[in-house]
Amino acid sequence: MTAYSIGIEILQILILLLAAPAFTGWVRTVKCRMQGRTYAGICQPYRNIVKLFAKEVILAENASWIFRSTPYIVFGVTVLIGAIIPFISVDLPFAATADVIALVMLFAIIRFFTALAGMDIGTAFGGMGSSREMTISSLAEPAMLMAVFTVSLAVNSTSLTHMVNVIGHGEFILRPSLAFAVLAFIMVHLAETGRVPVDNPATHLELTMVHEAMILEYSGRHLALIEWAGMMKLFLFSVLGLSIFCPWGIAASGDPAGLFVALLLLTLKLAVLGVVVVLIETGLAKMRFFRLTEFLGVAFLLATLGMLSFFILE
Amino acid sequence: MSMSFAAQVNSVMAALILLTSFGLLVQRRILGLIHLFAWQGLFLCISTAIVGYITGMHHLFISSLMTLSFKVILLPYILYILVRKLDIRRESETLVNIPRTMMIGIALVIFSYHLTAPVTQLSTMVTKSTLAVALATVMLGLLMMVTRRHAVTQIIGFLAMENGLFFAATSATYGMPMVVELGVALDLLIAAFIFGIFFFHISTTFDSLDVEQMAKLKEED
Amino acid sequence: MILLFLLCISLFFAIVLAFVGDWKYAPEINILGSGATFVAGVALAVQVYLQGPMTVGNKFFFVDAFNVYLAVLTSFVSMTTAIFSRKYMRVEREHGRVGHWKMRFYHAMYQLFIFAMLLALLTNNFGVLWISMELATLSTVLLVSLYRTPTAIEAAWKYFILCGVGIAQALFGTVLLYFAAERVLGVGGEALLWTNLSQVSSQLEPTVLRLAFVFLMVGYGTKVGLVPLHNWLPDAHSEGPTPISAVLSGLLLNVALYALVRCKVLVDGSTGTHMAGNMLMGFGLLSVLVAAFSLLRQKDIKRMFSYSSIENMGIATFAFGIGGQIATFGALLHMLVHSLTKSAIFFTVGHASQMHGTQDMDRIRGLIKGNPVVGWSFILGIVALVGMPPFGMFASEFLILTATIKDAPLLTPFLLLGLGVAFAAIFRKVQPMVTGLVPSWQTPLRAAHVPVILHMALVLLLGLYMPRFLSDWFHTAVGLLK
Repeated sequence: MTAYSIGIEILQILILLLAAPAFTGWVRTVKCRMQGRTYAGICQPYRNIVKLFAKEVILAENASWIFRSTPYIVFGVTVLIGAIIPFISVDLPFAATADVIALVMLFAIIRFFTALAGMDIGTAFGGMGSSREMTISSLAEPAMLMAVFTVSLAVNSTSLTHMVNVIGHGEFILRPSLAFAVLAFIMVHLAETGRVPVDNPATHLELTMVHEAMILEYSGRHLALIEWAGMMKLFLFSVLGLSIFCPWGIAASGDPAGLFVALLLLTLKLAVLGVVVVLIETGLAKMRFFRLTEFLGVAFLLATLGMLSFFILE
Repeated sequence: MSMSFAAQVNSVMAALILLTSFGLLVQRRILGLIHLFAWQGLFLCISTAIVGYITGMHHLFISSLMTLSFKVILLPYILYILVRKLDIRRESETLVNIPRTMMIGIALVIFSYHLTAPVTQLSTMVTKSTLAVALATVMLGLLMMVTRRHAVTQIIGFLAMENGLFFAATSATYGMPMVVELGVALDLLIAAFIFGIFFFHISTTFDSLDVEQMAKLKEED
Repeated sequence: MILLFLLCISLFFAIVLAFVGDWKYAPEINILGSGATFVAGVALAVQVYLQGPMTVGNKFFFVDAFNVYLAVLTSFVSMTTAIFSRKYMRVEREHGRVGHWKMRFYHAMYQLFIFAMLLALLTNNFGVLWISMELATLSTVLLVSLYRTPTAIEAAWKYFILCGVGIAQALFGTVLLYFAAERVLGVGGEALLWTNLSQVSSQLEPTVLRLAFVFLMVGYGTKVGLVPLHNWLPDAHSEGPTPISAVLSGLLLNVALYALVRCKVLVDGSTGTHMAGNMLMGFGLLSVLVAAFSLLRQKDIKRMFSYSSIENMGIATFAFGIGGQIATFGALLHMLVHSLTKSAIFFTVGHASQMHGTQDMDRIRGLIKGNPVVGWSFILGIVALVGMPPFGMFASEFLILTATIKDAPLLTPFLLLGLGVAFAAIFRKVQPMVTGLVPSWQTPLRAAHVPVILHMALVLLLGLYMPRFLSDWFHTAVGLLK
């Protein structure tokens, strides 16, 4: 736990807190451009959050402690996740705990509390959103685990830092198993972050909401924290994918000069990824909820194929 | 391009062929199936060309060219014309639902891996590991034929199976002798004509291409 | 030289008939073509008899006692079927069931089919064997659906798909065989030649050949009609025009079994175990039993006899599986007499169904009174088919039973059960058809009696006395199949 690594850690958390809304803003901007609408600018999410912090919190009469504490728990755990994933340097003090299984657990905690909060008030929308979210996650989680396992087979470890080291700084080998895992991961990314074709993040129509339904009752600073956490989740998932599958540019251990390059490359990669996400969102239509089993089944299938092709072809 | 890099690209092609086979299993739209089949042919053609480059066997380049003209251009084109003429939109429901089909597909891949293990151990070739993928493609084509109800889909499954066989020939043996390859291509061409004619007959006689309608010839008690 | 001539004749006539197939004299041209093929076949057989096995055309073709006798059989039956087809298709044309294009197509495909079968029999290259088997299937697919009824199209579709799938497995088996052969014989066309492979069969890798044989068994076994891969057979053989049913039942099944047996010889040489033989025995016996019991439930006459084909092919496969002198001799004889008998039966059945306008056995009555030629030849054919002496089938089945008692005594009751049930089932159905009064819906017909009488005479002859050259042939073939 050197001072250098603590510094990197703080830097990472700061980047997470500050850049996540910008990333969401970028995605929304590109989407607007693509759909021919005028856009509000990359900084609009910041303005939204600031506005929400200034507003009053309105709670339902029967809201329990779960409802009140969920925003803080969710926010805190998201920041914790951000502290674990190495996206600018592998030199993190929490490197030992940077295990993908632990990561999936942390995402599960977020989902758990959000779902409970959705059901807490007792409205129909909340309950519906929670049940849908749980269905999606029960299908998406195995797929994500399988995808990450495929990578860990190639690397011989489930530690994220180890993965970044081997793939990013080792020799370049074309691995078909990783190709399959990437595809599976993209599909899971869409599912987990609530993007089309799984869930429309901009809708408030009752039949189509999933994530929005769960947080419908929140207002004021609670809503601000949850929105911010949602933006951070998108950022984190994207960064997780980039770290596992495209880690070139992440500064090696004990290399402060590489930090600048890492930041630059990170911005570039995220920009491209944002465009890709928007292309997928604009190109596909949101699926019927009952088709999601097939979609996520295909994701699981791809991940399993990746694992099998590792054994067969490598 | 170094040898080992070429071998890696070959592995990637094999993985892509496997991916397209699964894609054929889950895709519902008929035009989508035709496109996937064309992609599978393309990956097959690239793989054959790479093996030809690695081993220096020039007849494989000819095979690759034949595959390109045949399976990437001609057959999908014939299928496309047929689909247009017969005015097919999408197909009816499958016999087994799609997630279950995928699970069976994965089981078949594992099974073919086990089945070809003795051959893979004996082989001294660069392409030995792709034999399991080839057999898996054959089995997945078979699965597709069994679980689908539409005549065109069954034929595409049949053609995918032939793709797998061709791939098996290149991965196990660096390609069959030219005379055999030409003969197989000729047979496929004739088969293509025949099933084209067939679709018209079925469509005019049964007014649909649902194969389940053709189940009258059975034992009567 | 003769061999190339033999193959070219049928190919030439196929092309000619594609253009003139709907002429008034097209059937005569068809007969001429088949007759010329037969003559060439006999000449080839004489040459092989005198000179022993030979390779032709830069090792591309190979003729020995096993395949030359099948080639002669094929060309003979195709010739008699062409004679039958002349009268039969004339009636079909009168009834309006086939038109101009269909006749041309029919005649051209008929000759092409013969070409494909002869190529399969005479080639030395396993890959070309596969190609010609597939070609034989493809040339008959559209013939099965010639009448364009829903059931005909269904039958042709099943035939196309099931045989296509099956034969694709055979291709995979051939690839594996080539893989094993390449390691011993080197890369190139040489590695697929039977002459080379049979010499080095002990050096071929057993594990690979075992796997290859499973695929080859599934593949070519589908074409032979072994249970459980037989579903296409009753449909395909009952739906097409009767001459096609006759050649499919009588000839194509033999060619497929020939391919299977050649593979078995290689596998036996490589593995040294009895695995291939056991598989053949198992599938063969299963076919006999399932087919025999299925015979009891049939209503359609051609369907019933297709099941009888499955049963007889099962008997032949079983006998090849047992191996050894007696069984192999019996199997070869069985292939011969079954071809002749089954095609003769199909000739009479074809005329019977034409007379009554249906293939439903409940509607066919009074054959002896109505058309004595058809009636009596039908009875004779049945008697021969179920294996009663003095016909040839009795001799072959007797030999096979003897071998079974000697080498696999526990299986004898099953074989006997199958044969017995088939006997009873066929007689039960045939008896009302031939006896009794002539029904009102029966139309008179001039039957083609020459082919039937010729076949039955040959079968009778083979039952009573086997010519010297034939037994020599068989003995040589048995020696080759060790």
